[in-house]
Amino acid sequence: MSNHPLIDVRNLKQYFTVKADMITKLQLKAVDDVSFTINQGETLGLVGESGCGKTTVGRALLRLYKPTAGEVYFDGNLITDDNIDHYRKDMQVVFQDPYSSLNPRMTMADIVGEPLDIHGLYKTKAERKEKIAELVQLVGLNSDHARRYAHEFSGGQRQRIGIARALAVNPRFIVCDEPVSALDVSIQAQIINTFEELQEKLGIAYLFIAHDLLVVQHMSSRIAVMYLGKIVEVGPADEIIFHPVHPYTQSLISAIPLPDPKAARERRRIILQGDVPSPLNMPAGCPFRSRCRYATEECAQVCPSLEDMGAGHQVACYHPQG
Amino acid sequence: MSETTTLLQVNDLHTSFFTNSGEVKAINGISFSLDRGKILGIVGESGSGKSVTAYSLLRILTDPGRVTAGQVLFNGEDILTYSTQKMHSFRGSRISMIFQDPMTSLNPVYTIGNQLREAIRIHTDRTREQVHARALEMLTLVGVNEPEKRLKQYPHELSGGMRQRVMIAMALACEPDILIADEPTTALDVTIQAQILELMQELQHKLGMAIIMITHDLGVIADICDEIIVMYAGRVCERGTADEIFYNPCHEYTKGLIRSIPTFGSTHEKLTPIAGNPVDLLKLPSGCAFASRCDRAMKICLSDPPEEIRVNENHIAACWVNVKNVYDEAKEGQDQ
Ligand SMILES: Nc1ncnc2c1ncn2[C@@H]1O[C@H](COP(=O)(O)OP(=O)(O)O)[C@@H](O)[C@H]1O
Ligand SMILES: Nc1ncnc2c1ncn2[C@@H]1O[C@H](COP(=O)(O)OP(=O)(O)O)[C@@H](O)[C@H]1O
Ligand code: SF4
Ligand SMILES: [Mg+2]
Ligand SMILES: [Mg+2]
Repeated sequence: MSNHPLIDVRNLKQYFTVKADMITKLQLKAVDDVSFTINQGETLGLVGESGCGKTTVGRALLRLYKPTAGEVYFDGNLITDDNIDHYRKDMQVVFQDPYSSLNPRMTMADIVGEPLDIHGLYKTKAERKEKIAELVQLVGLNSDHARRYAHEFSGGQRQRIGIARALAVNPRFIVCDEPVSALDVSIQAQIINTFEELQEKLGIAYLFIAHDLLVVQHMSSRIAVMYLGKIVEVGPADEIIFHPVHPYTQSLISAIPLPDPKAARERRRIILQGDVPSPLNMPAGCPFRSRCRYATEECAQVCPSLEDMGAGHQVACYHPQG
Repeated sequence: MSETTTLLQVNDLHTSFFTNSGEVKAINGISFSLDRGKILGIVGESGSGKSVTAYSLLRILTDPGRVTAGQVLFNGEDILTYSTQKMHSFRGSRISMIFQDPMTSLNPVYTIGNQLREAIRIHTDRTREQVHARALEMLTLVGVNEPEKRLKQYPHELSGGMRQRVMIAMALACEPDILIADEPTTALDVTIQAQILELMQELQHKLGMAIIMITHDLGVIADICDEIIVMYAGRVCERGTADEIFYNPCHEYTKGLIRSIPTFGSTHEKLTPIAGNPVDLLKLPSGCAFASRCDRAMKICLSDPPEEIRVNENHIAACWVNVKNVYDEAKEGQDQ
């Protein structure tokens, strides 16, 4: 293995300009100075409440937006506007909603074949057909159904079609943006296993975005926790789940509904007061301080930066707990 | 399960939708009872009939849906025989419902105060001042900060969690005996979900009402329910206390569900999914609805609907594998 990470994101910022009213324009810092790495064949989980910037991280990293600032390196190479097309094949995305992300009027073969067409990945019609059949089978679908339309498939099957499409170009990295959130639990498990098997077989790295922490801890070797556009804690999955030190992560973990009545009775939820502040109206200092029970004067001054706690565990907090 | 009184008793309820493509048998003979002051969970995947069960109890089914058989006894009286008018006042006073989307119950063009005061006025005879005081009290009860200010605001000015609290306040304004909550936290983030679950438990303690909690989330159900019903294809697979359902599941579908979810800290174990896809309610099989996806299905599972049998005093299950197990155990006992 090479000595650099496959994905290296440094100080990524993605600001949007939004209208507050007819005249005033405001800056919305959807992603504010985010850095992380992902190794080849590794899964980094990205969690946090809705609106904290997870999707934007994924899109900015893939340059579906033009980042406000920061760098992304793929396999050691800086990605720029000029060379991004060259790397598109290596970096794919699977979206949450298997209903809206696929065109219902296209057949499964068309959907999976489209990226093959775009990147000219076959020489003959027969080769195209063969490749499609291979991909479809790889994700556990029946290639006899290739001529069926997207709307004729169930939610779980559509999600598989989305994965087959992403795999068509042999990517080395996939941004999985809430790929199982819309599915029933029994189907969720099928798709999670498919992702895991593909990783074992093909060595693909994932940025796995989800709000279900049980799913993320299951999938990921490391987890990053976001709050209001910033990563507040990152580390090995077991560390984040069993020994979280950021007050926000602690309450997030304590709020996971546990499918285990005894454990649920024994644990204490750390209930946060209030809601996430508007990203248009960010408090100075630590973004979490308006809901944090450990906040002091110090927290209101300068935003804490990620500090090393050892063993790859980092936290951005003036009063880390435990 | 002693010293409790049965508030609601549902007997062999059937509900169908008479569509152009045929009769969609959404509910196929479900029975259960709800005790005063308890939290009963109904869990199942989408399409299993959770919402239709609630709508049938409340008689708010829309065309082409119809209850085709069964009884819903409230304090011994069958509310399915009530006149429309009697049912209307029953809904407003003894039983109320909250939804996943608070905007189902809230009107965007009226202020929170308008709607909440209206809900209070309908069900009680209070003076203007008393109604206002009660509205403030309700908002405080459900943990809405700055209640005076909120009364003047419109629904869109509140956050999702706050709207959910207001909807709960409206539903509780009539001091119901039963609150039905249909996926009330599904659209919320986990920290807000925790706030709402905590609130519902607290209100249940304070006000003593019974709650029917409908959700697809096994975690939510394990967290707050005393008793649980697991549904599949409009039937009850099993029902029992939370501990019985999670630690002694007796229906193959429940076992499959529990195996298919990641558990806390199970980072490296592989999940065991349930194969296949949900059953078509237009073509319900004559035997167990889960048989085509069940890897322990026997011949009888394909032909006969499983009998409900009592596993113990806290647990009932309808699965042929379980019937067989119970029978085998009894036989073993005799042989010894
Ligand atoms: N294209 C956009 N224009 C303006 N604001 C946006 C845009 N996309 C996202 N945002 C805002 O950026 C923040 C982060 O959004 P998002 O990345 O979608 O969060 P998440 O995926 O964590 O729910 C939110 O406040 C959202 O409203
Ligand atoms: N208006 C309708 N017309 C036809 N079928 C319906 C209608 N509403 C619900 N159903 C059927 O009833 C079944 C149960 O639905 P529902 O109770 O909403 O499921 P859930 O468990 O997800 O709440 C569904 O499978 C659906 O096919
Ligand atoms: S820096 Fe301060 S406010 Fe922020 S999480 Fe830590 S203690 Fe709380
Ligand atoms: Mg998102
Ligand atoms: Mg429903």
